[in-house]
Order: sequence, then C-alpha cells, then structure tokens
Amino acid sequence: MTVATSSGPTPAGSRNQVSAWRLLLNNRLAAVGLVLLSLLVLVALLAPLLPLPDPDATAPAERLQPVLSQGHLLGTDQLGRDILSRLTWGSRVSMAVGFAATLVAAAIGSTIGLVSGYAGGRTDNLMMRGVDMLMAFPYILLALAIVAALGPGLMNALYAIAIVNIPFFARNVRGVTLGLSHAEFVDAARLSGKGHLSIITTEVLPNVLPVIVITMSTTAGWMILETAGLSFLGLGAQPPQADLGSMLGEGRAQLFTAPQVSIVPGVMIFLIVISLNVLGDGIRDVLDPRLRSGALLRPGPRTEVHSDRAQPANGFPSAVLNVEGLETGFVRNGHYSSAVKAVSLHLHPGECLGLIGESGSGKSVTALSIMGLVNSPPGVIRNGGIYLHGDDVHSMPDTRLISCRGSRVAYIFQDPLTTLHPMHTIGRQVEEAISAHQRLDRRALQERSVALLERVGIRDARERAKHYPHQLSGGQRQRVGIAMALANDPDVIVADEPTTALDVTVQAQILGLLKELRRERGMALLFITHDFGVVAEICDRVAVMKDGVVVETGPTQELLADPQHDYTKRLIACVPEIGRGSDFLARVRSVFDAGNKP
Amino acid sequence: MSAYILKRLLSIIPVLFGLSIIVFLVMSMIPGDPAIAILGSYATPENVERINRDLGLDKPLVQQYFIWIGNVVQGDFGRSFALNRPVLDEVLERFRATLILAGVALVLCSVMGLIAGVISAVRQFGWADKAITFVVLAGISMPSFWLGLILILLFAVRWRLLPASGMYAIYGGGDLKDLLLHLILPASTLAVVAAGVIARLTRAAMLEVLRQDFVRTARAKGLPERQVIYRHAFRAALVGVIPVIGIQAGFVLGGAVYIETVFQWPGIGAMLVKAISTRDILLVQGGVLIVASSHVLFNLAADVVQTMLDPRIRA
Repeated sequence: MTVATSSGPTPAGSRNQVSAWRLLLNNRLAAVGLVLLSLLVLVALLAPLLPLPDPDATAPAERLQPVLSQGHLLGTDQLGRDILSRLTWGSRVSMAVGFAATLVAAAIGSTIGLVSGYAGGRTDNLMMRGVDMLMAFPYILLALAIVAALGPGLMNALYAIAIVNIPFFARNVRGVTLGLSHAEFVDAARLSGKGHLSIITTEVLPNVLPVIVITMSTTAGWMILETAGLSFLGLGAQPPQADLGSMLGEGRAQLFTAPQVSIVPGVMIFLIVISLNVLGDGIRDVLDPRLRSGALLRPGPRTEVHSDRAQPANGFPSAVLNVEGLETGFVRNGHYSSAVKAVSLHLHPGECLGLIGESGSGKSVTALSIMGLVNSPPGVIRNGGIYLHGDDVHSMPDTRLISCRGSRVAYIFQDPLTTLHPMHTIGRQVEEAISAHQRLDRRALQERSVALLERVGIRDARERAKHYPHQLSGGQRQRVGIAMALANDPDVIVADEPTTALDVTVQAQILGLLKELRRERGMALLFITHDFGVVAEICDRVAVMKDGVVVETGPTQELLADPQHDYTKRLIACVPEIGRGSDFLARVRSVFDAGNKP
Repeated sequence: MSAYILKRLLSIIPVLFGLSIIVFLVMSMIPGDPAIAILGSYATPENVERINRDLGLDKPLVQQYFIWIGNVVQGDFGRSFALNRPVLDEVLERFRATLILAGVALVLCSVMGLIAGVISAVRQFGWADKAITFVVLAGISMPSFWLGLILILLFAVRWRLLPASGMYAIYGGGDLKDLLLHLILPASTLAVVAAGVIARLTRAAMLEVLRQDFVRTARAKGLPERQVIYRHAFRAALVGVIPVIGIQAGFVLGGAVYIETVFQWPGIGAMLVKAISTRDILLVQGGVLIVASSHVLFNLAADVVQTMLDPRIRA
C-alpha cells in the first residue's frame, strides 16, 4: 500500500521506470527468468516461420519414434506426429490462453476492486461478499464446475481460469483503492468537480497499477498451470487442436512404452512457469520493496564482532563492568556507518550510572552492545573491549556469552508489550528466565517465579502468573520485565528506558522499586533515559551522550550543579520544575541560542 | 472458546447457502437440454417433456433452486442418471477416498513446509536455504499431474517399489498397510505444491519474527539459540502460517482432481471429471457442493486452531 502513496498522485516518471528496469535486471534470477521467457515467447511467436513439420500430419508408420531419431529431434507421438513441432505449436496455444486468461482476470478483477474500494460502504460490502464466496470454493473445483457448465473447450477453459482468478485481483486492488479513496489528492480531484469515472481512471488507477502488475506477474504462472491441467483432464483443448496440457494427457496412454510423449510437454510447461515465477518474484521485489523476501535478514545469536577490532586494555580492573572505546555501527547496502564511537563507561559494584541523551544518540546501541544483543546483520561491533569482571565479553565463545546473559548482566527493556512474548503466560516467561541458568524442578521453579512476581509488587502473583502479557497493564508488564531481570541475581542490570512507555505515577513506582531493589541486592545499574529528572532521582554518576559520543560524564550532583557541555546545559534546562512553569520557553531559549552560536 | 466455535459455526451457514446458489446457477447455465443428454437417441418430444417434468425443469429457476436445496437439506441430492444410484451415496463413498488422500497430503505438506521454512530462515543464505528455495520454486512451478507421471515411471515402473495406481491391491490387499503403500505416491505428489507455498510463507514469517523485540528479550535472558528459535520465534510465526494452511486445504482438495486421475484413485475428483463428460448434472452439483462445504469447514478449523494458539485473539 505504500507503493501507491509514496509514488504520489501522478504516475511514476520515465526516469523511475528506467531504474526499475535496471533493478529488475540486477536481480540475477529474475533476469534469467526474463531471458528464458522471452526466448520461449519468441519461439512460440515464430512457430509458423520455423522449418518444422506440420504438427498435425500423422504418419502411422513412424509412430512412437524415440528422442533423437532421424528427422524427429524429440521423436514422434502415438500417431507419428513430430513432437518438437507439436511442442512449439502447443506452447503457442498454452501461452496465448494463459496470458489471455491473466488479462481477462486482471481487467475484471481490478474493475471490481476499484469500484468496490472507491465506492466503499454497502457496495463494497456486497461485492466483497461475492468475491469471498468465489474464494470459498477450492481453487480448481470452481474452474471444473464452470467448464462443466460451458462444456469442454479451450475458450471455455480460458473463461473458467480467468473467473477463478478474479478474486485475487479484486481483493488486492480493493485494499489499495480503499486507502487511496480518502487520500488528499483524490479529495482535491473530487472538489475540483471531476466525475467519479474520471477520478478512478486518472487519479486512482495509475497508483493501483503496480499492484495489478504484481498480481498479474504472480498469478500468470498459476493460470498457465491450470489451463494445462484442464486440458490434461480432456476439458480444455479438443483434438486436433493441442496445447501442452492435452499433449501430456493424450501421451499418458503411452506412459510405459514411450514416456517421452507425455514427459516432454511437461518439461515445457515447467520451463514456462518457472521462468514466469522467478520473473514475477523479481517484479514484485522491484515494485513493492516491502515484500522483498530477501530484505529481512536473520539476526544471529550475537552481534558480529569485527575481526581486527582495536581492543583497549581494561582501565578499571575493579569495575564490575567496563566499556572501553566501544564503536558499534551498521552495514547497510555494503556500506558501514558507525552509530556510537569511542564510548567508555564503567560501573563499580552496586553503583548506578545514568546514560542520558536524546533519541538516536546511541544510548540503546551502547547498552545492547554490552552483551552482543544488537541485531546482526546489520550491526557490527567495530572496536572496543567490554570487560565483565575483567573478562572481555566479545572474546567469549557463544555458549559462555549466552550463559552470562541474564545471570551476570540482565536487561530491562523499554516497551514491555513488545518485549514480552505475546503467546506465553508471564509465569512461564519468568520461569524460563530462571531455568535458563538454574536447575530446579517444576514445583520449585513455580514457587520461585511467584515469589519474584510478588517481590516486584504484582498482587495475586499466583493467579496473575497464568495471565498473558496483553491482559496486564503497562506498569504490571514492566514489573514482570524487572522480575525476569532479577531472576538470577545478576551483578549488573541494564535498564533501557524502563519507564519511558509508562505514565508518570507508574513511572515513579517503578523507579522506587528499582531503587529499593538496588539497595537490597547491591547490584550495579546502568540506567538509560532521556530524562534528567529521572537521573537526579536514581543515579550516582551520569554520562551524557550525543550523536554517538559521550560528551560529558561525572557525579550526578556535580554535573547537575555545574554542567560543562552546552548540550548538557540544554538537557538540564529542559526539565520543568514545579512552580517555575511561567516563561519556561523564554528561559530555555537563551540556553539554546547560546548553544547554536557558530 | 466453545462460544467462539459455535459463533463461527453459525457464521458459515450463510456461506454454505451462497455456495449452493453459485453451484446451482453455474449448473443452470448449461446449454442444451439435460433431458436430451439423458435420453440420447430416445429423445422424442414427449419423452423430453416427461423427463423435464420429472426433474422439475419446467418450473422457474428460483423455484427449481428451492426444490433442490430443500431436498439437499434433507439429505436428498437426487439420483445420478448415469450411475442409476442416489447422488449422496456415490458422493460420500468417493469423498471418503478423497478425504484420506487429501488429509494425508495436507499433514504431509504442513510438516514438510514448516520444517523446510524454518530451516531455510534459520540458515538464511546458507546452502540449505538455497537448496530449499530452489526445490520450493521448482515444486510450485511444475504441473502436479506431470510430477505424478514421473513418480509412477520411477517408483512403480523402473524400481517397482510402489503400486502405480488405485487405492487397494486388486488381489489380497485391503488392509491398512496396503492402503498406505498405495497412498505414498499420490499423497506426496499432491503435497508438493502446497508444501512449497507453506515453506515460503514460513520462511518469511520466521525472518519477520526473529527481528522482534520479544526475541531479543529471550536472548537477553540467556536462552540457548535453539530455544530462542523454536520456543519463541517459531511459536509466534506459526500463528501467522496456520490460516495459510487452511487456504492450502483448498488447493489440496482441488488438486486432488488431477492426482486422482493420474493415480486412478477412486475419489470425488476423478468422479467429477467423469460426471462432467457424461453431463451428469445432479452428480456434479452434489459433488461440488460437498467438496466446497468441506473446504469451508477446513478453513474454519484453521481459524479455530489459530485462535487456540494465540491468546490475544482468544480473549
């Protein structure tokens, strides 16, 4: 659907089309498909000009000649007809019928989709119900019923296949049209007094065209297969006319004595359809990049570490966690660009360090880099050492790193609705956090998980443990997240904006809980936030990040009282204080203007 | 849960009525006079008129529909003139054979498709992924009846491992082992295309899910990769793939038409092809209606399974 909106109200310009062609040809598989298909189409088109024997000339004396026999490259069939010649002429028929059916289905289906999506309301409802009804039939069965009604024959098979495919076009086109029918440029056209027909054809249709092309390219292969199928059953092409399907069907009787008579036409069908399918996939990728199958890369179990990273020595051997000169970046389209650079942080046992900065400053990338949780690809840890009790995390083998996750360093993430598994109960998710590192029997596991949930302030924990994340409030979900982090008494908890998605009162409760737990269990906390109010509340020291670099660091009180960096001043100025609301913007402006001076 | 199933069951009643109307309308489009088809060379004007009266064909279309559907609801699908037996008896007998074939094929394609899709996603761009992607592409691009012929040539003719056709051996068969032996080739052939479609979608769904926040949470907990993939990612991806399996049921049921013809399986697809060529309208009508209705039920079952797997929809 973004295809339509992003390309704007006018059809794509010729420059775009050129680059689309290039993109298509860059896809090696699609290019092969295109070449193969062009070749097949060319041969089919040129059939009358090629030096081939008459495909229908029977020669009983030469029946069932094998492949590569004299004068018959692919042999002869049960009536002595030349298979190569019949194959060429049969492909011509099969492709013509398949493509014609595609066009008919596209024309009718798209019209239904356009009208339905544009009109909306009752018309839409009625038409889509009809389309759903057609789709309720098993695909081929409806085609069979239609051929049964119209009688066997190639044209009737064409109609049947086209009708069966109408719903695919109608549905896809309707979906996009529905979105477009309320777009500004359509409203503008309506206000300018254009008629509905003119709006549909000049405003909506050009934007729906990519969807129609995608649907055509993905269904054309099916339609050729189905046409061949009906002919195979004797319901399509009738003798003496032959398409590939009927050749296959007639040759079946000789399967055991002369298999080539039926196998060869099948190879031809296969070649046509597979070239159409790879071409179709390529077209879809070019026209709708969101659907591109290869666009999503599978993230590995840990972030990739560059082979020749610079690894500074551990400058704080007493620290429980020490990040030295971290540089993490992303590889996109073969180009590397760094997201954080030369970041150094350390955490003493039981200490709370605030990492503050605006969105995109690299706080989360830094936090995730610690235990190799940045999705990779595209993430790469380019440089730096991360020392956990003096051991470099990224020199550890996979199993060791994984065993440190959750047990030595645990994470609390920002949005607990997306970070909890939607289909497991919260009790099970907490149990899993425990059992990843501790061997306990079922009962003990359950007891421990309920105790944890109680500790983080979930009432009726035993009952609540059976609930799913979506049944809990945002604050409760974050408490579950904290319970999972606490499960193995880690040395360090990395809390990545744990209160950002929550409302203010719940935020205060969660902060209170974290403070309390830290005092009680003596663990170190790396607290990531964009809010200096929160930092003042909970952190011993604070590091300020901007554009992937730590710009200032120091004890919280000192830094708040006497910020050195302009950016820090601005961040502090942005914290509203009770009773000082008037002229807030005017006060803040002076800091910002100072900061923006060249 | 049971309330939900009941609601869904009730909601398919209008769909079934819609199906019956489409089937009836399509059949009534048949050009020519069915009476002539039945009578053949005995088609004198008097005989034609009598047959038309007997079959109710002299009445208006709407009335004909309600007479037919009224009888159908009571289990009377009329008589097949070519076979001279009640349509329902013939259809049910044939449908049993089709259900066995399609059911086994559906299980086969779901299992193969899911496994192939997960492997393909987990080993993205590895040789396993490339091989699976290629096999899948080939599988969805070849005519299933052609594949069936090749399998017959290889397994039945050349290596003589498996029977080439039919449901039971003519002599001495009839037990479950015999049935299974006869099932292997047609069920595998029928499963290939659907397995390809399911594998493609599973791969895409897995790749999508593996990027989601809750997978990162599972990793942050320190779960081994195997658990991250199967317990967390696959579980979530499966919910999206289940409805696709429901849709594939339709392709498998429809595709059975070819496979039954190739392997001479005594199912409803082969029956329909024959009934179409003999213009046995009531038999076609009844057969299409039964298969289409069962497809609707398959989809319903897929919806119910999806709901059971996903607590968010269940609520």
